Amino acid sequence: MNQTPPVSMNFMREDRKDPAPPSLTGNTGGMSGAGNGNVTGFTTQGLRRRFRWDEFLAEKLITVVAFISLAAIVMIFVFVFREALPIFFQPEKEETAVVESAEEETYGEEYLGEAHRARSEEDREASRAETAGSEGRATLSNLAGTRWQPVSAVPQYGILPLVVGSLKVTLLSILIASPVAILAALFTASFAPRWAKEVLKPAIEILAGFPSVVIGFFALVVLASLLQNLFGYEYRLNAFVGGLAMALAVIPIIYTVAEDALTAVPRYMSEASLALGASKWQTALFVTLPAATPGVFAAVLLGFGRAFGETMIVLMATGNAAMLSLNFLEPVRTMSATIGAEMAEVVFGDTHYTVLFLLGAILFLFTFLLNAAAEVFIRQRLLKRFRGL
Amino acid sequence: MKRLRRKVLGSAVVGLSGAAAFSIVAVVIVVMATIVVGGKDTISWEFLSTPPREGMTAGGILPAIVGMALRVLIMSIAGVPVGVITAVYLSEYAGAQSRLARAIRFAVNTLAGVPAIVFGLFGLGFFVQFVGSGMDTLLSDGTDLHWAQPNLLWASLTMALLTLPVVIVSVEEAIKTVPQDLRAASLALGATKWQTIWHVVLPNSLTGILTGGILAVSRGAGEVAPILFTGAAYFLPRLPGSLSDQFMELGYHVYIMATQSTNVDATIGIQYATTLVLLTITFMLNFSAIFLRSRVRSRQMR
Repeated sequence: MNQTPPVSMNFMREDRKDPAPPSLTGNTGGMSGAGNGNVTGFTTQGLRRRFRWDEFLAEKLITVVAFISLAAIVMIFVFVFREALPIFFQPEKEETAVVESAEEETYGEEYLGEAHRARSEEDREASRAETAGSEGRATLSNLAGTRWQPVSAVPQYGILPLVVGSLKVTLLSILIASPVAILAALFTASFAPRWAKEVLKPAIEILAGFPSVVIGFFALVVLASLLQNLFGYEYRLNAFVGGLAMALAVIPIIYTVAEDALTAVPRYMSEASLALGASKWQTALFVTLPAATPGVFAAVLLGFGRAFGETMIVLMATGNAAMLSLNFLEPVRTMSATIGAEMAEVVFGDTHYTVLFLLGAILFLFTFLLNAAAEVFIRQRLLKRFRGL
Repeated sequence: MKRLRRKVLGSAVVGLSGAAAFSIVAVVIVVMATIVVGGKDTISWEFLSTPPREGMTAGGILPAIVGMALRVLIMSIAGVPVGVITAVYLSEYAGAQSRLARAIRFAVNTLAGVPAIVFGLFGLGFFVQFVGSGMDTLLSDGTDLHWAQPNLLWASLTMALLTLPVVIVSVEEAIKTVPQDLRAASLALGATKWQTIWHVVLPNSLTGILTGGILAVSRGAGEVAPILFTGAAYFLPRLPGSLSDQFMELGYHVYIMATQSTNVDATIGIQYATTLVLLTITFMLNFSAIFLRSRVRSRQMR
């Protein structure tokens, strides 16, 4: 008898913590004790949990529903890759088609203007060399080509310009966004007076809440002309405008994650630094920021992933010309924008459709890896560092 | 001398970071002001309550507003319960070391990072091509295309998946603020686990559930990429009558008016006004979510 109080405490705590369904063995002996209200024979048996169908079903149902997000990720993976797979299993049929296309190209190009002649001549040589180089996998060499012309008489599915385009815009946006966002996060974490925080936090939330199509619209209608008048470059819509607009979408992410990491730096670190006579800015720059480096790096990675997959902004603000160049002032076409612009018009199941799904699969894999890397940086490096000291 | 240099350097660091911070605030104000100034003259009751006319160079945006509202409504009906239940599972049922719970958490994080356009591809590949054509085969021997094409239902369900992580994260945050004492008291009175969740935990995290729902709606209202090819229509003057109809949508309307309409320059007023309506809706949604969340957090502090 004297055992019961601690046992009942245990029972309660167990009930909160233990996720396992009540075992069926529990009710064999316990039923009579608890159920019949046997007051005099108050035993530890009576305190055991009774098996209840409704509880059991509720728990199972909740677990099944919770499973949906897991299933969703798996299905996204399966269905995006399933539609992209045929590209790798197209046998000889495709090969001959491409050989033909190399022949056909000659007169297909005649219709182009004189100005393009020289350039296309070069391209033709290049694509011919590629086709000849790997005869077995003609489709794959087509994919690795440098020209994206999916709806011409001779379709070309070279995704290289699109990949380069995506990277160009993304890099540019990260280069613009990360200094601004990290400095702003440092300001909030270390220097900002209360009123400044109260202005800054809602502003960031509002910026994060801007629909990307609104940012795209702003870039297209206002920013593009403004920048062109300011710098006087040739194309109104280009990678620079797109990158700048994208920076607006990326800043909130980098800021939020970096600020979390900076404020998570243990107080004793900064207090030790201050106690040693370092000033506030020295502490911020030489103690807080280095301590939070993994978190800040994760913030940049997350921003990179967001920018890489973002569609509407680049669709509206980059000019969407699939040219392979490293010039930031020329129009670009990114992978995401290509999917967004062309998917509505393709025939289900044909090569163009498959290639667009392949682009989607690449986007998915890339952002997945970036997010996983960011997670590792935050979970393991950052938290371990703070705990380990 | 050294001291002076240090002082200058210090104010440079503070000044630079402060400038970065306030440049963000300035950009937000500039973007909002530009859109408000550009759009305020076109907005009228007529603009909000009539469909577009004359090849979308005149008239209003009613179908777009209704389309967005319907999409968001169906999305919430499908997505919020799933999100809430997942959050309940993660915080109440799953143990800290449970493998399944960790897998689900990982899935939710991953889901939050998948680009919106990939959700669109999934919607097309899974809902339209797989489920849709499956339904057609079952219901009408697959002879006519009814469900196996982009429509309101598929767009909404795609969007529900996209916003699922938003709901889960904010509901879980709210559930965590329910004091353990309340649960213990309920259990001590003899309530079962499910009774405790239903009568104690969920009512106490209602604000958080509401916040999650609003955040999801706001995110969903602004996202255009997933519906580009899962149901949005270029121009459709009538309102959608059933789940299998295509629909006009506010964000998509902004996109096509700005890039693909017949006369972009002549409709600049309509474009600004449409953007302003979209921005106002998401702004109000976000603002109420921030307000509710600050209430949840202040309870956490106590």
